[in-house]
Amino acid sequence: MSDVPILKVQNLSRSFGGVKAVNGISFEIGRGKAMGIVGPNGSGKSTLINLITGFVKPDKGAVFFKGENVTGLKPYKIATKGIVRSFQQVKPFYNLPVFKNLIIPLYSSRVKSKLKGGSFGHRDESAMQLLEEVGFERDSNLPYKITGSLPHGYLKKLELARCLSLEPELILIDELFSGMSMSEIASTVPILEKIVEEGKTLIMIEHRLRELFRVVDKVIVLNFGEIIAEGAPDQVMEIEKVREAYLGKEGSTIA
Amino acid sequence: MKNSSYRKERMDRGIKARADDIFAISSYKEIAYLVLPRFLFIVFILLVPILGQYAGHYWQGIIVITCIIALLTLSWTFMFSVGLISLGHAVFFGVGAYIAGWMSFEFGLSPLVTIPVATVSGAALGALLFYPVLRLRGIYFALITFALPLFMMRLIEATGYLGGTAGLSRLASFPSRMVATYIIILVLLIVVFGYLRIQDMDYGLVLRAIRDNDLSVYAAGINVPLFKAQALFLGALPATFAGAFLTHHYRFVGMTAFALEYSMFPITSAVIGGTGLYPGAVLGAFLLTPLSESLRAFGTLRIAIYSLVLVFFILRLPQGLFRFIQRKYHQYERWVPIGKE
Repeated sequence: MSDVPILKVQNLSRSFGGVKAVNGISFEIGRGKAMGIVGPNGSGKSTLINLITGFVKPDKGAVFFKGENVTGLKPYKIATKGIVRSFQQVKPFYNLPVFKNLIIPLYSSRVKSKLKGGSFGHRDESAMQLLEEVGFERDSNLPYKITGSLPHGYLKKLELARCLSLEPELILIDELFSGMSMSEIASTVPILEKIVEEGKTLIMIEHRLRELFRVVDKVIVLNFGEIIAEGAPDQVMEIEKVREAYLGKEGSTIA
Repeated sequence: MKNSSYRKERMDRGIKARADDIFAISSYKEIAYLVLPRFLFIVFILLVPILGQYAGHYWQGIIVITCIIALLTLSWTFMFSVGLISLGHAVFFGVGAYIAGWMSFEFGLSPLVTIPVATVSGAALGALLFYPVLRLRGIYFALITFALPLFMMRLIEATGYLGGTAGLSRLASFPSRMVATYIIILVLLIVVFGYLRIQDMDYGLVLRAIRDNDLSVYAAGINVPLFKAQALFLGALPATFAGAFLTHHYRFVGMTAFALEYSMFPITSAVIGGTGLYPGAVLGAFLLTPLSESLRAFGTLRIAIYSLVLVFFILRLPQGLFRFIQRKYHQYERWVPIGKE
């Protein structure tokens, strides 16, 4: 049972017009592992996540979650199965207070039944706990502010909290650190490490490699929608092709 | 000179801060601060029909129309709060009106049966009509809603079903005008406070989140089209009720049930009262409808005056009357000199 990979992606492809955004990508990841996806802009990282979570339908290929085919299911169905994602561009509910943002995932059928009662403010306590987990101070007034007035770094953390609130088994994170300050990144890395320690599976797209490599134990490198390298973080970055993709032909000889 | 060296400062009143939390129940003054506005609203609205008796037959009729428009505005506001902007609210109104009219005409049923049935089945039909286009957002959804009442109107005209252009007349009516007025006022109160309640429920938060960002709601594992359909049903209820009610009030239903004014009045009332606010919706309807009726004496010039009022509100009070009043109630303003501490 345990040798069934939690996520198995088979020959996944999708093109937009003439552009092959994702072209025949296959990989698998075991339970409790953390994997990074890196690659230059436009290499198909975000499309890959969109394909896995159902926000974009694949032209070809299949996605298996715990051995079950979830290809082409609606995004909310995939989320209720336990695959959650964060967005690169934060998508909070700007008109609600911060902690009320988490009421919405807590209302989904995946976690709804676990909360007692629940029509009028019964989920507030769970929401506050989740916010505390990702680094909102409970005693500050931040959780009660209108979300629109929050600094960007906190919105990113709120994205993370939304993912965690669904009690996921597999979390796909799309460039969490972009737009965060150095200190915010430093305080977020331990949270990610803790998620992996708790046995959840993590897939991260990230451009900040130093922080990424602290969390993940395997990396795949994309370019033009194809995997050009995969393996342990340190080894992958030594490969000539990877340096070329990131820095260009001349750059790779300089670096 | 003086204007440039002073600025306006707004601060919450002390009593607002004290009444914000559970401590509000510590004194009668704070309780009154919270409860009195609602209480006065209820008393006023219950007294309206009695006062209307002195104003004459004509104005009694206008009270009913005002409540109809208020219900439509509430219905529009509920859909707006879920991000479903409707430019054709007449479709819900008309569907409710025709279902009630048809049941009364064909089977001779009393309003006691036809109105509840028409309200619920009309709202369900409305939700069903819109289900295929629910994944559309903003202006695209709005455009489709704009077309639907026109479509229904032409359908009835062309096929001649449901009385065709002549409509259905001599339907059952209410026992008396007073009873009718009080029925609609009670329903209005239920809808206002019901919607306010839904708004603050966790269920209501999910609906409001859909308006903010539906992709994020998908990612949160929630079946967005299903919730939108539910919102459409809940939102359509007051509109279909209003239609069914007016059918029995006039003892007639015709193609005018799909008329443009039932689509436009709710939107303008909402703008005047404060878009997205339920009390504002009622306030807007209660100002706009009597105003529009009293301008009837000016003939076609009333459209011009009516437009001027709208322009004034959009330019000077875009946040709406209710938010303005709310601000005055909760906050005080003062002029403070700039540059001094």
